[in-house]
Amino acid sequence: MPATLAKSGGLFLAMIIALFGMAQAQDTAFAVHMGIMALAALIAALAVMAGANVAGQIGNDESVYDDAPVRWGVIATTFWGVVGLLAGLFIALQLAYPVLNLGFEYTTFGRLRPLHTSAVIFAFGGNALICTSFFVVQRTCRARLAFPSMARFVFWGYQLFIVLAATGYLLGVTEAKEYAEPEWYVDIWLTIVWVAYLIVFGGTIIKRREPHIYVANWFYLAFIITVAMLHLVNNLSMPVSWAGSKSYSAFAGVQDALTQWWYGHNAVGFFLTAGFLAMMYYFVPKQAERPVYSYRLSIIHFWSLIFLYIWAGPHHLHYTSLPDWAQSLGMVFSVMLWMPSWGGMINGLMTLNGAWEKIRTDPIIRMMVLALAFYGMSTFEGPMMSIKSVNSLSHYTDWTIGHVHSGALGWNGMITFACMYYLAPRLWKRQRLYSLRLINVHFWLATAGIVFYTASMWVAGLTQGLMWREYGADGYLVNSFAETIAAIHPMYLLRAFGGSLYLAGALVFAWNIAMTIAGRLRQEAAMTETPYNAAADRPLPAPARSAGLGGLQPAE
Amino acid sequence: MSRYELLRQFADSWALLGMCLLFLGFVGWTFRPGARRHHDEAAQLIFRSDSDD
Repeated sequence: MPATLAKSGGLFLAMIIALFGMAQAQDTAFAVHMGIMALAALIAALAVMAGANVAGQIGNDESVYDDAPVRWGVIATTFWGVVGLLAGLFIALQLAYPVLNLGFEYTTFGRLRPLHTSAVIFAFGGNALICTSFFVVQRTCRARLAFPSMARFVFWGYQLFIVLAATGYLLGVTEAKEYAEPEWYVDIWLTIVWVAYLIVFGGTIIKRREPHIYVANWFYLAFIITVAMLHLVNNLSMPVSWAGSKSYSAFAGVQDALTQWWYGHNAVGFFLTAGFLAMMYYFVPKQAERPVYSYRLSIIHFWSLIFLYIWAGPHHLHYTSLPDWAQSLGMVFSVMLWMPSWGGMINGLMTLNGAWEKIRTDPIIRMMVLALAFYGMSTFEGPMMSIKSVNSLSHYTDWTIGHVHSGALGWNGMITFACMYYLAPRLWKRQRLYSLRLINVHFWLATAGIVFYTASMWVAGLTQGLMWREYGADGYLVNSFAETIAAIHPMYLLRAFGGSLYLAGALVFAWNIAMTIAGRLRQEAAMTETPYNAAADRPLPAPARSAGLGGLQPAE
Repeated sequence: MSRYELLRQFADSWALLGMCLLFLGFVGWTFRPGARRHHDEAAQLIFRSDSDD
């Protein structure tokens, strides 16, 4: 009881501090954010008090796994996934039809675009990573989650971070650093949540009952630690006022740019790759019911990824004022990254060796194989685009957007959907998913969507790149910028069509997960029938003696 | 010598060598005698029969 009193008292104090910050605010956005924080603190304090009597329920029953935060995570992943994809479709349509900016500052492309990227990467992807890591670390350590109340803080604290980031974008708050847009006070909040995450995850590993730390946990741990390091360094900044939403970076000029892309590329490398590879190394073998193809390869994959990825960032700054040697370093390490990436893809795919028929019979495996195929394709395309001569054509064009989406929609999206399909019936103790056939519908909608998306962006990117560099005989550029935009307008429409297919697939996914949670089972034909032909299932009639050798004919 | 030059020289020499040796050591460790049995056990870790799922 004293603990409940201290907790709720502390939260009320936090609310008072936030309200004080709101009163002292130098700008509207800061006031709104302090208001949201005060409201969150109040809700948390009320929840702590309401839960006081039943605190024993959470308890610490070490004989079962602590899956409540994982269940919340599945719901949050599904919700933010749909929100993020919807935002993406809307901004794709804005590019095709500028009238959709609606004439409000809050709904301009410039503000909705970071809303889309953060919603899909950090809200959808981040919730998937947190909830699967909590699931996997318990199963592979054979131990209940450490620090249960801190795990709940990680989940809710992370949702608050998402809300603060998203509302900030709409209000025009930004550090102007791609994928690191939230301002200093939201960064500090995320740091607190992330340290708690590390403590929960690390604490569970320390109390493990299993002597060996399974390789998926290596990848999760690398993801958590590296993201902490990246976040802290890239967001070093000085606030203009302690009650204002504006800050200035600790770095200037090209050093700031290099720090940003050291962060930006490793957010791809450790958030969207290492973390999702952790999911791959647990869920693909589990769904296939076969151990990973080569455990040794998985360890080599791990160390190669860790040692190489961190140097690849400068390839985002080719032909800028960044020193040439740094550009070449980024290019060479990006090309070398092709090897561990494909090693990992082969390791995942070959896990199905001897069970390839599961691609036909198991729609979740099919989705995982598609994810791995896109992991391979985008990690081939990426190193190729980092080569300076290729980059001179591809950089700043929509080819980059296509590349990012083949990785994000194909690899991150599909492996996340597959893992959620794996988790939902197990977490809610259902006989099976609501529908296996709807996974197929989702699969084909998503696949067709990605094909439309990437193919149209390849064409748009090459068109832009070639039009931008076209010189006439008189030595002047041939095309104006507006002409290149007119040329790729049809590609923007095709991209939006692809995005709507992918979103439709995600809605089918959300429906399937929701119905599974509700405990419904869809009446549908089974995925595989038992092949049986009664007419053929009998001995051959006695052979006619007339033929020369007269032996038995081989049966078909 | 400026601090930048000092750090650059260190990064180009000892730090680079140390990183390479660490990497080769980590990769080489997976080829040690007896590693295969250990790896096979580790790969089966997630399929123990007393696991609940």
